[in-house]
Order: sequence, then C-alpha cells, then structure tokens
Amino acid sequence: MDTVITTDKLTKRFGSFIAANELSFEVGKGEIFGFLGANGAGKTTAMRMLCGLLAPSSGKATIAGFDVYTQTEKIKRNIGYMSQKFSLYDDLTVSENIRFYAGIYGMSRPTIREKTRVLLDELGLQNEAKTLVRELPLGWKQKLAFSVSIVHDPEIVFLDEPTGGVDPVTRRQFWDLIYAAADKGVTIFVTTHYMDEAEYCNRVSIMVDGVIAALDSPAGLKRQYGSGSMEDVFYELARKAKRTGD
Amino acid sequence: MITLDKITKTYNKGQVEAVKEVSLEVKPGELFGLIGPDGAGKTTIFRILTTLLLADKGTATVNGFDVVKDYVKIRNSVGYMPGRFSLYQDLTIEENLHFFATVFGTTIEANYDLIKDIYQQIEPFKDRRAGKLSGGMKQKLALCCALIHKPAVLFLDEPTTGVDVVSRKEFWEMLGRLKNEGITILVSTPYMDEATRCDRIALIQKGSILSVDEPEGIIRNFPVELFAVHAANTHRLLKEVRGYEGTDSCFAFGDALHVTFKGAVVADGQGKSAAGGQGEASGLLPYLRAKGLEDVRMEKITPGIEDCFINLLKN
Repeated sequence: MDTVITTDKLTKRFGSFIAANELSFEVGKGEIFGFLGANGAGKTTAMRMLCGLLAPSSGKATIAGFDVYTQTEKIKRNIGYMSQKFSLYDDLTVSENIRFYAGIYGMSRPTIREKTRVLLDELGLQNEAKTLVRELPLGWKQKLAFSVSIVHDPEIVFLDEPTGGVDPVTRRQFWDLIYAAADKGVTIFVTTHYMDEAEYCNRVSIMVDGVIAALDSPAGLKRQYGSGSMEDVFYELARKAKRTGD
Repeated sequence: MITLDKITKTYNKGQVEAVKEVSLEVKPGELFGLIGPDGAGKTTIFRILTTLLLADKGTATVNGFDVVKDYVKIRNSVGYMPGRFSLYQDLTIEENLHFFATVFGTTIEANYDLIKDIYQQIEPFKDRRAGKLSGGMKQKLALCCALIHKPAVLFLDEPTTGVDVVSRKEFWEMLGRLKNEGITILVSTPYMDEATRCDRIALIQKGSILSVDEPEGIIRNFPVELFAVHAANTHRLLKEVRGYEGTDSCFAFGDALHVTFKGAVVADGQGKSAAGGQGEASGLLPYLRAKGLEDVRMEKITPGIEDCFINLLKN
C-alpha cells in the first residue's frame, strides 16, 4: 500500500507543555483514517502540523511526499481541509463558492467550468447553482463544503468534526460522499465525536494526553479491549486522561 | 411545570418558520429531553420559555407563570445555560459565581449544597479567568452559575455538543443528581444516544414535534421489525443491501447495517404481529450470497432512538 502520511516521533511543545508527544504512524492511499481523542488530547495541534500550519518542535513527517518543515506550501496545495465551521462564503452563490476555491488553487477557467458542472450534478444541486449559500439547509452546506474541499483533487482531505449538528439521515449521506471520495483514491483523515462514525473508518487512532494510546482497525481495537463498541474502547482509554480541556 | 400551547415563531418577516404550533407539557421533577438536529427549533423554544424571545402565536407557562405577563417571576425562578458560553470571560471562576449569586439576591454559601459536587471539581482553579478554562470546565462553571439561586426549572441548551464521550457521561450523571434534588430539567441535545437518559423526550425536526413519549415508548412504537446485517466489508454490504428490491430502508449503524423490509405490516402503535413485521427479510441472505458476500449474518434487533428518528423523518 502506498503511504501518503508518514510521521516519526512528531512532537510539539508549547513551553514546558507537550501538546503532541512522539506521534508515529502511517496512513495509506485511499484509507479512511479516524483520528480520535478526548477534548484537550492534542488532536488539533497534530492536525495543524500535518496541514503545514504549525511547525513541529521535533520529529519527522511527510504529507503527500512533502516535508512538514520545509515544504509547507506544497503540502497546502496537495491537501483539502474542511472543518465544522464551514469555510464557505455565505453571501456568495453555490457556483461562486466553487469558482472561488477552484480559482485559489490555480485551476484554469475551462477546468473550473467543467468541475462545477460535475460537482453540481453529483450533489443534485443543479437548480441551486445561483442560490446564496446562506439560504441552503445545513446538511447541503456540509456536503457542498466537503465537495469544495476536494475540488482541486488533493491526495488527502482533513475533516475536522465534519458532521456536527445534522440529522441522522444527512449524517449518513455525508458518509456516502466520504466513501465515494475514498473509492477514488482520496485519503480521508477525519475527527469525530460520534463513535458510530469511528466504526466507518478503516483504522482509528485514539489520542490521550498528547500520545497515541491505541491504533488499529475498529474490529481490532474492540478485540484488544474486549469491548462491544468503539464507544466502550474510547471510554476505557480516555477516562485515564490526566489532562483536562481543549 | 412547563407548558407550551401551539407556540409558533417565525423569523425574517415570516419567511423562516422556526417553530410551528408546538405543544408540550413537562411535569414537575421531570428530566425532559428535546432531541433534534441543528435548525430543528430547539434554541427558539428555550429562548421563548426563558422570556428572551416573544412567540408570534400561542401561549407558554413556566412554573405556573405566563412567559409574557409574568416574565420577571420566571427569570427569578429558572436557571438557563445557553448553547454558547455566555459567562464573563475576564472574570475568574469565583467572580462569575459570586456575580450571578448577587444578581439573584443570594450568596454562594446559601445554596452551596446544590452546587458542591460540581463546584469542587473546578474549585482548585477558582482564581483562573473563565476565558482561560477548558471546554469541560467552562461547562461545569456555567452549570454552577445557572444553579446558584436554586431554580425550580433548569434549561440546558445543548450542554454536551462538541464534548467528548467521557465528559458527556459525567455531565449526564450530574443531571441525574440534580433531578433527585427535585429540579425540573429541560435539556436539548443532537446526540440521539443521550435520549435514554431522559424520563421523556420530544423528537423535533424543522420546527415540528415528531413524537413525545418515554424513550421506551418511542422504541415500542417502531412500526416494523428491524434487522442488523453484518459483513466484514460494511461499505460493500451497504451497496448490495440497497440493491435488494425487498429493502425498504437501510442505514449504516457502526459496524452493522440496520434494515427494514418491504411488505412488512405497519403496526398501528398497538404492537405488531411477529409474522407480518418481517416482510421480505427472508430473501436477503440468499440474495447477498448470490452476489458473493459469504460472511453475512442477520439478526432481529430492538431499535434505538436514532432508528426511530430516521423512521419518523421518512413520513
């Protein structure tokens, strides 16, 4: 399996506080990788390093083949990112948002036109192309935000709690999009507080107090901890945390 | 203790119907849950009941007081923890608590027993400013401030959103203890699994109530039989089960699929016949095996609240 994320003892210190401590793991191409942890475990710090937004204190990491110390601009061009606080512009229309983000990634006008058509088609939003994003229901916004985050065909997309707040059916439709992207070879790196979503991942890591306390397939983790569900596995690990907070 | 009678609230000059003719009743001492996604109207209901927002139509009372005429009395007798952290970021833990006690004409000491269990967890940091606290600690402080005047009714708007599994579990244990103190609690959450912690729940979507009952009652009223289907490759399984023509609904639930079948007799809420509820279930496994999925298993299961919510959305 080709690896697209490799980290080796990746560490971030803030003064005497070690937010992320010697993280070592690999993520393969097309894999759906769940990145879990309690509030304050160090997930956000780790994600920021992997996205080239925060320089590590020590250790190594390559993202899509690029170094997190020296090639952060190349990393940013080759990844997508979506957070719960959508990065869509409320006062632009659906197609303007697509054009804007595709433009930022330097795509040509004919490519953007074609991409917009395909994307609106896939999302069933043809009739909403000229609707302001503000007027879309939350679930549609989320799907659009995801599609826009992979508009430039990145190798990896980082999803930071992408499904918060939507109804159970919309949440599952969102996962259909994730699966479809993974089938095309996009690597998915996702955080979530919904433990049933952890089960949808190929592999899951659980961070506790800055370290990766467990990493395996959901089935493997459940076997290892003798638990019936990922919720029990998570609870077993995270309740030992000494740190509190975000 | 809380009543809503055909409450309607619109925004943007009537263009957005946030709450549509909602009627509800919460009994004294009840732990009542409003369960629904963002945009369902939960926060609007909270704001109307806490007298911060006027309804367009309908009436509502809290603790026997009308939300319009007696708003001052309501404000004195309820505690409200809004969804967004609303304490003073540049006051310390202790200063915030002292401030809220003073506003309500009481002291921290007078009602210390009520908050003791919760406050002791954050007391070591009492000189830290609220803005510098972690999410879990902010949540505990906000709860203390909402309780400091010993309210008869406690309103908690999405107290566990974005909070990890461990803190969520602790929070619900705290609510259980407050309920034992006799406080009536109305709490909202988007997490369906928290519904079973409540005495009764209302499932709400797009401003309308889908169902109100005890969690067990809502589960009992699930109209057909529900099956869990397992295979090693859940993603592939999902595609194939959706392709089976006897499938009525099929959704991923963790490592299994939850499936209902066509031809199942829909119960009228009075219980269902074991024979009629299955529909075309028996044909699924042969169908999947013919498609090359060898390791499939299927069993009948009891639905959860999330299954019920999905089913109600369908109608």
